[in-house]
Amino acid sequence: MTDTAMIEVRHVKKSFGTLAVLKDMSVTVPRGGVVSLIGPSGSGKSTLLRCLNLLAIPDEGRIRIGTHVMEFGKGHRMPKDRDLAAFRSKVGMVFQSFNLFPHMSVVQNVMEGPVTVLGRGRDEAREDALRLLDKVGLRDKAEAYPDRLSGGQKQRVAIARALAMNPEVMLFDEATSALDPELVGEVLTVVRQLAAEGMTMVLVTHEIAFARDVAETVIFMRDGYVVEEGPARQVIDAPREAATRTFLSHFHRGTSSPAPA
Amino acid sequence: MPYEWDFSFLIQYSRLIAVGAAYTIGFTILTAISGFTVGGLIAMVRLSGTRLVALPLMAVMEVFRCTPVLVQLVWVYYALPILTGVELAPSTAAFITLTLYGASFFAEIIRGGITSIDLGQWDAGRALGMRRGALMRRIVLPQALKRMIPPLVNQVVLQLKNTSLLSVLAVPDLLYQGQLITSATYKPLETYTMIAVIYFIILFPLTTLAYGLEKKLAR
Ligand SMILES: Nc1ncnc2c1ncn2[C@@H]1O[C@H](COP(=O)(O)OP(=O)(O)OP(=O)(O)O)[C@@H](O)[C@H]1O
Ligand SMILES: [Mg+2]
Repeated sequence: MTDTAMIEVRHVKKSFGTLAVLKDMSVTVPRGGVVSLIGPSGSGKSTLLRCLNLLAIPDEGRIRIGTHVMEFGKGHRMPKDRDLAAFRSKVGMVFQSFNLFPHMSVVQNVMEGPVTVLGRGRDEAREDALRLLDKVGLRDKAEAYPDRLSGGQKQRVAIARALAMNPEVMLFDEATSALDPELVGEVLTVVRQLAAEGMTMVLVTHEIAFARDVAETVIFMRDGYVVEEGPARQVIDAPREAATRTFLSHFHRGTSSPAPA
Repeated sequence: MPYEWDFSFLIQYSRLIAVGAAYTIGFTILTAISGFTVGGLIAMVRLSGTRLVALPLMAVMEVFRCTPVLVQLVWVYYALPILTGVELAPSTAAFITLTLYGASFFAEIIRGGITSIDLGQWDAGRALGMRRGALMRRIVLPQALKRMIPPLVNQVVLQLKNTSLLSVLAVPDLLYQGQLITSATYKPLETYTMIAVIYFIILFPLTTLAYGLEKKLAR
């Protein structure tokens, strides 16, 4: 169903120096689909996500998001700053370490993209920002600065900031890994709500139970390859590949934290 | 017999002293601005990573960082014209030297401030679709400038002290005026004491400010 796909990654390769991190990755995410990427540390999950919004530039391959296509490798020129920026503005990204702008209040953080990148008017952008903050349950924190927020609140602001650009897809790189366990739920609730609204999403997560619950598709990566890909419940409950089984055995069934050694 | 201090004769030289203070402060402000501007440009070139331009610039900067200002000053005034064939007025030579000397330090302060900003901030700005200019202007520089303020103020303090070297080129700064007054009155003790006090009065608020900012921004 390539024609309904929202994200299409074809034969993407990426190396850092001599270290080949992505070795021929192809991934498809349908419009409104939620895909979860799992895999051991260093398997290239973050790198793939960063290639999806061109924070990392693939060495080879083709990436399509909605109607925006970028091709890399022989015969293709390095994309210009302007083209990269235009592409990225369509792709929302949420980071493990939040990366809120500490010199701006919460509402300014959320307005920053629309005002600076899209050239929207401040009043209008502010109204939208407040609406988004309402959605993530933080309207009352609009004038606070990030250093006054808990980790869970920071991450919800970061989600609102990304949504303010009206992205076609949202990428989450271990959005809950830096949070205290009791704060994970409030962020996952927002992600779940986005899924229900039909947002196309790619989630890199160690929350296996959440991935099983929210994602339609789970992709297990190792060493820059897709080892196994399939319906979430099937991959997590009954993995076909031995490597997937080994990886999943590090997690308790039904909980998200790694089993004690 | 103890020395009898008498500052009263200095009153008749108040105009001369005022001119000296104006030169000292004026040169400091002008070369702080020009040095910061040139230093900022050098920092940007170095950060943008075009080594072909960055390397020669770094070499010139190292020369200015690793030679005394006094040597640079006499070199630019007496030696450079032999190479270029263009005579420089003392104040022009002084301006050029202090600008480049300041720039070589400002550039490092600015570069250090910018590189101290967490890479996650760049990622977040880029992910929103910001282009290079917006990223610098909206995200990186506002945070970096805050961290740069204490070392920048310290550099301005040094810059002001360095203007006292201009007296060797007969630029009428505070120290040079002091020398004039001394040679006319033969009273170096009162004259140079007063000159030192004026430097102190100008600089003490600045260093206090730098110290206060450092403490405030460290939190
Ligand atoms: N900018 C970079 N420069 C050099 N090496 C990098 C860079 N980014 C990632 N790597 C390397 O690429 C490999 C894959 O990294 P990546 O962050 O994609 O893994 P990951 O699957 O996200 O791991 P984790 O679960 O620990 O986050 C690692 O060996 C990492 O050290
Ligand atoms: Mg990662």
